[in-house]
Amino acid sequence: MSEPKKAVALISGGLDSMLAAKTILDQGIHVEGINFFTGFCVEGHTHAIRKKDNEKAKPKRNNALWAAEQLGIKLHIVDVIEEYKDVLLNPKHGYGANLNPCLDCKIFMVNKAKQWIEENGFDFIITGEVVGQRPMSQRRFAMPLVAERSGADDLLLRPLSARNLPETKPEREGWVDRSKLHDFGGRTRRPQIAMAEQYGFIDYAQPAGGCCFLTDKSYSQKLVDLWQARGAREYELDDVMLLKVGRHIRPKPHFKLIIAREEGEGRFMEGYKNDFISLHCSSHTGPLALIDGSPDAADLELAAAIIARYSKGKDEEQVEMAIRTKDGKESRIKTRPLTAEQLPKEWFI
Amino acid sequence: MSRHSLDAKRLLCPLPVIRTQDKVKQLKSGDQLEVSCTDPGVMQDIPAWCRINGHTIMSTQENQGVYIIVLEVGKNE
Repeated sequence: MSEPKKAVALISGGLDSMLAAKTILDQGIHVEGINFFTGFCVEGHTHAIRKKDNEKAKPKRNNALWAAEQLGIKLHIVDVIEEYKDVLLNPKHGYGANLNPCLDCKIFMVNKAKQWIEENGFDFIITGEVVGQRPMSQRRFAMPLVAERSGADDLLLRPLSARNLPETKPEREGWVDRSKLHDFGGRTRRPQIAMAEQYGFIDYAQPAGGCCFLTDKSYSQKLVDLWQARGAREYELDDVMLLKVGRHIRPKPHFKLIIAREEGEGRFMEGYKNDFISLHCSSHTGPLALIDGSPDAADLELAAAIIARYSKGKDEEQVEMAIRTKDGKESRIKTRPLTAEQLPKEWFI
Repeated sequence: MSRHSLDAKRLLCPLPVIRTQDKVKQLKSGDQLEVSCTDPGVMQDIPAWCRINGHTIMSTQENQGVYIIVLEVGKNE
């Protein structure tokens, strides 16, 4: 008797990857999930940072873990932050509408999954891709490209669209029954929603704008600004995380302010007080702000006036601001908060 | 059986889960791991990761913004 076949499913936490895995599980294949953490995943970070999310009725959850638990499969979460830099900085197939290198990203992840199945004795890879569902990585021409350039070739099976695509090895060899795979295509979500209902999957994640910050216009602008200010296209994980929080205001090319928008962000930013000069209003309630760059004394005065604008003392003639250096030395200055009119729109990133 | 610890403070999910996963790979069945974190999301995510991967949560507690989770390693396959 031949050994049972094993597949690894790319699990994003969204519905399609969940349904793809379920389709293959139903054929008696042993399936385990894999999830790649690039640093730009919407999943997790923002939910953890922002207080308003903490107050929502639903408890915070990692959707990939949730999906794996619903499916009853193991999930391997892989840190690809360092390797992903090359994907983002040098995408061979270009960017989407913003800084999203979707096609290169998919090729990269399927390639990583290919390495993983080789190392772990698995037989093939499944993804939740649907032909024509997304504008970049799921166009008809892109599907074979992903299979080929990732090196997965015919070991890559897309159960939701398989009958719209050439036969893969798992189908050809009879490991899975092609007639029980699906022929979904196009942008409609109706077949997936019907299938989710059939399986009793409710409360699945439906992230607006996808699961990656790089598809977000505002986030991409902040990343470009960061590269311009540093004169180099490079980043570390802390940069990536700080771009997700606060108002970003750049009054001068050599420094910018990151001003917490609410308590959760402020608490998160507290962890960076030894890495950045930080300011807060000491005479009134107000947000924590970090300064990224090299401000001189005059810059700090300007920064204080800007940050004071977001304190409860914004309408006062004068407020007191506390400035803390990276090594913990604190000084105080008095400043008049800027008015809304005094804050040029171009300063906001 | 031995007891181990992991400092995952200042990391945001899913990094504490990834660090826990990587540490658990090095341990034996029955070993215990104490993970210290500051992201409250771990109270949801690490137990979920343990449930799907066959490990057992022994205790969870929060003390002044630090979340401490003790888990016992199940079968490491």
